[in-house]
Amino acid sequence: MSATVISDSHATGSVGLVTTRMVTLFAHGSPMPLDSGASLQPIQVAYETYGELDANQDNVILICHALSGNAHAAGQHRLDDSKTGWWDGYIGPGKPFDTNRFFIICSNNLGGCDGTSGPSSIDPNTNQPYGLNFPLITIGDIARLQRALLDHLGIHKVLAVAGGSMGGMIAMQWALDYPERVAGALIIASTPRLSAQNIAFNAVARQAITQDPDFNLGNYYQGAKPERGLSVARMMAHITYLSEKGLHEKFGRRLQNREHFSFALETDFAVESYLKHQGSTFGKKFDANTYLYITKAMDYFDPFPDPETTARRLQPVHARLFVMSFDTDWRFDSSRSKELVRILNLHQKNVSYQEFHSPHGHDSFLLPDHEYQRAIATFVNRLYEERRRLISSVGLPV
Amino acid sequence: MNDRFDRSRRHTASDLSIDQEIIAGLVGEGARVLDLGCGDGRLLEYLINNKKARGFGVEISSQGMHACIARGLPVYHGDIDQGLSDHTDAAFDYVILSQTLQAVRRPQFVLLEMLRVGKKIIVSFPNFGHWHIRLQLLVNGRMPKTPMLPYEWFDTPNIRMCSILDFQDLCRQMDIHILEQIPLAAWGGLPRSLIKRHLLGLLPRGVANLLAPVAVFLLEKGRG
Repeated sequence: MSATVISDSHATGSVGLVTTRMVTLFAHGSPMPLDSGASLQPIQVAYETYGELDANQDNVILICHALSGNAHAAGQHRLDDSKTGWWDGYIGPGKPFDTNRFFIICSNNLGGCDGTSGPSSIDPNTNQPYGLNFPLITIGDIARLQRALLDHLGIHKVLAVAGGSMGGMIAMQWALDYPERVAGALIIASTPRLSAQNIAFNAVARQAITQDPDFNLGNYYQGAKPERGLSVARMMAHITYLSEKGLHEKFGRRLQNREHFSFALETDFAVESYLKHQGSTFGKKFDANTYLYITKAMDYFDPFPDPETTARRLQPVHARLFVMSFDTDWRFDSSRSKELVRILNLHQKNVSYQEFHSPHGHDSFLLPDHEYQRAIATFVNRLYEERRRLISSVGLPV
Repeated sequence: MNDRFDRSRRHTASDLSIDQEIIAGLVGEGARVLDLGCGDGRLLEYLINNKKARGFGVEISSQGMHACIARGLPVYHGDIDQGLSDHTDAAFDYVILSQTLQAVRRPQFVLLEMLRVGKKIIVSFPNFGHWHIRLQLLVNGRMPKTPMLPYEWFDTPNIRMCSILDFQDLCRQMDIHILEQIPLAAWGGLPRSLIKRHLLGLLPRGVANLLAPVAVFLLEKGRG
């Protein structure tokens, strides 16, 4: 299989120029069943790959993105791109997910708005965007579509599934739903379930969107979009991604382009200006309906609701699991990761847990950090070496 | 690439420190173990590969964490002084505290937690009653240093030094039943074969306390 890498530059540790590919799945035959009982057909998937697939398919790493991510995890789309993929610090030659060794796949999640079918996609039955007619989806559905993509690519085994935040939930889902396909999972800055507070934040974000006068019951694709509501949702969520200390160190009580308080309802503080900018940028590029659907999918995620279900779901799991958290993350703080580890330990799963120090709160999982990068690299390299050893010991060609 | 991996798999008891060898000898086949302060994971790896043990390590240092992950071992990044509340009663056949007792802030609490989650516990520690340590303090009038306790007094992690007799007293006080106590004859320098055969278990306890630089205890909850 040829990778989507057009050119690479080993010296910089970048995968270089990449393109997002599109494939339509479930175009014919039976539609993809969804956890809600509904089904969907056809489904377009946007994905990128980096590195080369081994003949034995023993070097596949599936990267799962979080709420606002997309398939573009590494490299650049154009040479003059100021921005690289969302996990570029972690994917590339010599990086923790080393593209000299691994074949990396990242796809836009089901329900997304960056190429994969979601509420903003055209419903073939009406030739109009789905809007709120798009079926509600779950983390399980997202993983199911990823599996269908891998099937389409002819890949049956995954060395590791990795993701942070909601991406970590998807990685956990993979270990549970496809235990025979997964050797390892990296579950980073994540949680086994949303707490009431997490759901509350999501609920307020959804209210901000649905109360926007331009929301129009989700049918806004022809006119003005509910950018203001989406922007407010993002501003609030963004606060939860940073630590109080980190935010204060960055902005303090600094005023924005002024010497004195305005004594008017203006943007006095630098932090206000920063959040407004974050919100409005996001409001323009992201789809509000996708935000509603994906936060709902997170709310529903609860693979271990009771002891019986937990035992049943974990029984076939034999992936090596690596749970990681950051000490200043309060969106999903370390105790949530420990909660997951406790469940996994109780059922004698092969799980490791590490907490990293970082001032950056929940966003830490996206940012460069030596210890954290080393831990990821060590874990996936060990999995790879064991896999290669297994293959050579059973006499398969290496 | 395979070279590094193979070496780590094919290791023998001689990769272990003397007290780790003794500990490995105490752990039954197929046991579920918890190794507290597992360091680079050498003992845990040996137990998993050679004793078919299951379980995991707890380690506070990032160097130790890294070494364990590199060995493919399940390891939990945590502070054992915080207790073992993640684990249910008697969840493990053996809970091991190898050369770590002297570095915990709350030894009694840690021992009680170990006895709660483990059916049996194994504790090894450097014996501060060893003649070499006594002599250094007597002759030099300065805090003793040994190959096992190389730190300066002001930056040592070893804040709870005790002798074999001290530890026996604590066990009595806490109603901990001593199943086995194995004072080891020497550290490092002597040939390993000699060390192995040269346990001081049969000596009167005052003499063992004088001659053994390290001791290993196999313990369980007292029966009241």
